Amino acid sequence: MPSWTRGSVSVAAGYKGRTMGVLKDALREIRQYPSAIFGVFISFLLIVVSIYTVITVPYQEAIVLWRGGEDIWHNVPRTVPPVWTNLFRREKLPETIILDSRQGGGERTEEPLGQGKMITQVYTFDYQADDFPREINIFYTASFTAKAPFLSVKWRTPDGREIAIADVVLRPSGSFRFAQDEALLRRIRRLIGDVPVEVGLFTSPHPEGAPKPLKGTYQVEVRVTTFEPDAEVETELVIYGKVYGIAGTDHLRRDLKIALLWGAPVALAFGLLAALGTTVTTMIIAATGTWFSGWVDGLIQRVTEINMMLPFLPILIMVGTFYSRSIWVILGATILLSIFGSGIKTYRAIFLQIRESPYIEAARAYGASDWRIILHYLVPRILPVLIPNLVTMIPSYVFLEASLAVLGLGDPILPTWGKVIQDAVANGAPYKGLYYWVLEPAFLLMFTGLGFAMLGFSLDRIFNPKLREM
Amino acid sequence: MADLVLQTEELVLYFQTRKGVVQAVDKVDFSLPRNQAIVILGESGCGKSSLARAILRLLPRNVARYTGKVYLDNKEIMEMDEESFRREVRWSGISMIPQAAMNALNPVLRVGDQVAEPAILHVGMERQEALNLATRMFEYVGVPTAFLQRYPFELSGGMRQRVAIAMALMTSPQVVILDEPTSALDVLTQASIMNTLKRIKQELEISYILITHDIATSSDLVDHVAVMYAGQIVEVSDATRFFGEPLHPYSQKLLAAVPRLHGRQTLEFIPGRPPSLINPPTGCRFAERCHRRFERCDQEPPTLQVDGHLVKCWLYET
Repeated sequence: MPSWTRGSVSVAAGYKGRTMGVLKDALREIRQYPSAIFGVFISFLLIVVSIYTVITVPYQEAIVLWRGGEDIWHNVPRTVPPVWTNLFRREKLPETIILDSRQGGGERTEEPLGQGKMITQVYTFDYQADDFPREINIFYTASFTAKAPFLSVKWRTPDGREIAIADVVLRPSGSFRFAQDEALLRRIRRLIGDVPVEVGLFTSPHPEGAPKPLKGTYQVEVRVTTFEPDAEVETELVIYGKVYGIAGTDHLRRDLKIALLWGAPVALAFGLLAALGTTVTTMIIAATGTWFSGWVDGLIQRVTEINMMLPFLPILIMVGTFYSRSIWVILGATILLSIFGSGIKTYRAIFLQIRESPYIEAARAYGASDWRIILHYLVPRILPVLIPNLVTMIPSYVFLEASLAVLGLGDPILPTWGKVIQDAVANGAPYKGLYYWVLEPAFLLMFTGLGFAMLGFSLDRIFNPKLREM
Repeated sequence: MADLVLQTEELVLYFQTRKGVVQAVDKVDFSLPRNQAIVILGESGCGKSSLARAILRLLPRNVARYTGKVYLDNKEIMEMDEESFRREVRWSGISMIPQAAMNALNPVLRVGDQVAEPAILHVGMERQEALNLATRMFEYVGVPTAFLQRYPFELSGGMRQRVAIAMALMTSPQVVILDEPTSALDVLTQASIMNTLKRIKQELEISYILITHDIATSSDLVDHVAVMYAGQIVEVSDATRFFGEPLHPYSQKLLAAVPRLHGRQTLEFIPGRPPSLINPPTGCRFAERCHRRFERCDQEPPTLQVDGHLVKCWLYET
């Protein structure tokens, strides 16, 4: 034997540096395609948003919020567009004003009165919007044992008028809804004119033509009289605006922000898992079939042909209707149905060619096992085709999930973009002019699809240099 | 009897094709002493590469008949099942530098990883250890170690051939099959690779089966010569004797076709073509093209011993 003396640790250690170099090369190449930069930017943005969402609004919390109903969302207006739409309006819509005595929302004075006390809570707010609020409610919680406290509300306008709103005997907790009080409505009609309560309280008496809101400082005096020594009452005045948050709200007063934010990780997870699960499995099955040939290949080909004849969407709809609408069940069904698709045929054509390469025979000669040849020799050759393909397939699965949701087969628990569209359409959003409700999720879907498609096409050009010459 | 490292008895490999059964390797007997080299000479399509595949059991999908006995180190290996054959014979016992070694490297693996692979697979080395061994092998066969991290397409033909040699040596096999190791290379590279192979043979005590039709280049390396014609071995002889005085008429013609620098000589060729291996003639397969043909050639010739050399020809029957 010859003397092999020189060590080679440094040479072997050079591998890592080289891998980094290859990645850097790929990145440098990506920079040459503006569409790729855009695609990378969008995908990156979606990933950041998803991570942010999952951290700030954890899964359980999101579900509680989304399925919470009036308890959670009582001080949010129904079906109003996002705040930023005001930027495009000449007449600014009001935002919601929430004044809560627990959070020091007004000036509180207390004076003893007999056994109990009289609490006067004066809420002051400045009103500058060009439109009237959507509704006005007072929510309260009262603690007492036998004699219920008494609440009376007075409204003072900027021009110094005072309107008595209500005198109510309190329950342990409840609300006083201005619009539903018949006495108040009659009073408004007499004092102001034939207008709804929330309009009458914000305009001057007997207006000429369409009523206009009176701008300035309003005061609401909420006086509570208690009859027990340790009775306590807290009140919350909510003047609902006509815009809300950055995403608006839906028919159940829910902030759409939750659904739109959570839609991102759900869409990404669904698209990525489906695309990854499908392409990788398809590729490995195609490679296995090609390598072993004979009956294995025959079986795979026949299964593929039968599967390709089966209608994809109706099967998913049946799974959703009869079995489960859980997004993960649908994901599993999607992957199962897509594995034996046209990809098997495409990859097989490529593998048949690679199988005869001399280096495959060389690998057989040095005793590589069948699986080693499939995984180390056949499969890597197809990666340049696979990676762009995978990236472009992500949006198609995102759209699939949205389509199912629009068809009413969305996950019953998780908020997704498709479900928001479905809610909007089911509640007649397009007919009521609530365009934001449909356009927001639709835009996000389109944005996602565009980003991944652009990235995929650019990757295709980078990984398959032959396309560049065409 | 000398210490034989590899021996075949009646090795048969037939292929099934649409036209019929091709008798690519037909009852081949040959033996290879330890630490010696044998060259298998023959025209294209005479079954040389098929013989190599038959020894390594690298069969295509259309095998019609595959029988006979192969002894590696006096151990019968034809009986082995596929899995133990793969583990015990391929590469660890017999390794192969395939034909067109330039394309024999996986294009998506760095050559370092590729060369290290047999050691990882067969010897069970750690990756790092195997890479270190690969580095030493590269130095040994004369490839700059920096090439370890390159991909095959970044290497020249000669370098790729050396990489393939390094790979074949990784598991210290007893026998290396060289399937046309120098075809498609320029003469200087050929010479340099041949010298490397010679040095390896001396230093590592490896036996070679060299498959080539390049008689001139091989003459320097080998100890024995086997001439193959139409799927059969027609002559086995030791190299010095063979290149001076070949026995079989086919061998004589073959040598006469090699150009020589000194002496006036018209290059000869053998008229006609090798017979089809689908329906070979019943008698001597070379008879049709033989310049010394006589009546007995219509019967299958026996393998005769002439001064310790084997020849399959009626001419030498006494």
